[in-house]
Amino acid sequence: MLLIACPHCGPRAQIEFTYERTVDSVVQPAAPADEAMERLFTRANPRSIDDEIWRHSFGCRAWLVMTRHRATHEIVAIRAAGPEALP
Amino acid sequence: MDADCMSRYSAFGLLRGALGGQRHWQPAWRDPEPKTSYDIIIIGGGGHGLATAFYLAKVHGLRKIAVLEKSWIGGGNTGRNTTLVRSNYRQKLLHDFFEFGLKMWEHLSDELNYNVMFSPRGALMLGHSDADMTRLAERGDAMRVSGIDADLLTRDQVAKLEPLLDMSRTARFPIMGGLTQRRGGTARHDAVAWGYARAADSLGVDIIQQCEVTGYIRDGGAVVGVQTTRGRIAAGRVGICVAGNSGHVAGLAGLKLPIESQTLQALVTEGVKPMVNGVIMSQSLHCYISQSDKGGIVMGGDPDNWPSYAQRGQPMVTGHAIAQAIALVPALSRLRMVRTWAGVTDMSFDGSPIIGETPVPGLYLNGGWCYGGFKATPASGWTYAHTLATGKPHELNAPFALDRYRSGATIDENGVGPMPNHR
Repeated sequence: MLLIACPHCGPRAQIEFTYERTVDSVVQPAAPADEAMERLFTRANPRSIDDEIWRHSFGCRAWLVMTRHRATHEIVAIRAAGPEALP
Repeated sequence: MDADCMSRYSAFGLLRGALGGQRHWQPAWRDPEPKTSYDIIIIGGGGHGLATAFYLAKVHGLRKIAVLEKSWIGGGNTGRNTTLVRSNYRQKLLHDFFEFGLKMWEHLSDELNYNVMFSPRGALMLGHSDADMTRLAERGDAMRVSGIDADLLTRDQVAKLEPLLDMSRTARFPIMGGLTQRRGGTARHDAVAWGYARAADSLGVDIIQQCEVTGYIRDGGAVVGVQTTRGRIAAGRVGICVAGNSGHVAGLAGLKLPIESQTLQALVTEGVKPMVNGVIMSQSLHCYISQSDKGGIVMGGDPDNWPSYAQRGQPMVTGHAIAQAIALVPALSRLRMVRTWAGVTDMSFDGSPIIGETPVPGLYLNGGWCYGGFKATPASGWTYAHTLATGKPHELNAPFALDRYRSGATIDENGVGPMPNHR
């Protein structure tokens, strides 16, 4: 289980968090159709580091952006999600 | 004994071997060095890739075929599933595809001259509410219209099939009935990889292990070969068949797929006398229970639901699967768990697989199997072989093209929308 440092609550067990989607899959309302299609339906899905949106669902319920290695599970950085990252 | 007798497995050969102290056994496939070029290269030596190679050789008569495997064959999801085989899907495109595969399973041991231990012991889906029973009835009707066996069962019929289910009215998950596909069941997962490998090898397919693809050789835009840890290999066509690593291997060609890699876990208990007769499934809970031929109770549950390429899962998810299984079959609580494992599943954005061409000429994709790839092994190999040999899809995999996400023709059994998790 990951130990996730919530920007608001400090280190908490992963069981309190849920994964939502990757940052690059967020669709802005004004996005052109092709871009919206690509963001909705495709992922880079790297076997390395990606930026992901998680939520502290069973804690403070805030959204956060976690930069994480998907093979080693190393957490590189965590920050509070700004409006630009909200789905 | 001549070479043919040695290479073909039979009861007679086994008896003859016994007289000689079983010293007649030979490796079941060669360990060749990669050649400089092939007609078709398949990336990934799992069940699907090996089946594809076998049908390319057997059905389409091709001989210059290589299967490249970064590790050892069958060591990915082919060795990390719960070995269930069934075709009980609601949607016609899905159940026709999986039924084609189920019919292949029924004679696969004969076809491969290798015992894959297919055991049609019945696949039972439980219904826990009126809504569940309506859904199961609808699914069963849809299957029967397509000529696939499905029987809606009353509560008493379910209790008779699986006497150890908790049928009490106060059960955590009350059971109101079920839907069974009697021709469904289980198979021996390793034997599927080994049987296809041996049969493909005997037709001249080169199975090259410890050979990881690190990039593609391009001519203009087209893929005309692969770069590997064992050198450059040219190819007429290249087929990706790497399950959870689809995103990574397609990414080497600059492609972004409608796939996200997540972990799916399963576990097995110590071996006990027969206590679970068939396959027990609850798709409302997402719980799968069966008993292996060795006696261990095999259980699986939800995916971990977050992206991971690590072949290990989270104990909290294992615990969830076990809690569901024990609620359904309370006697399981007395057993000791001996092993858990995890595979990297290629979760697609409509829950259905992708078999067909990619936007890159010369490069083909077979992936997006989510957590349901094992049962599809023969049909996946058959249709992918057709696609790779002819450059055109087989009628069964034509609807499962990569461009269906752009055209809107997704095949979403669960009606979830463009999400790889929450499926």
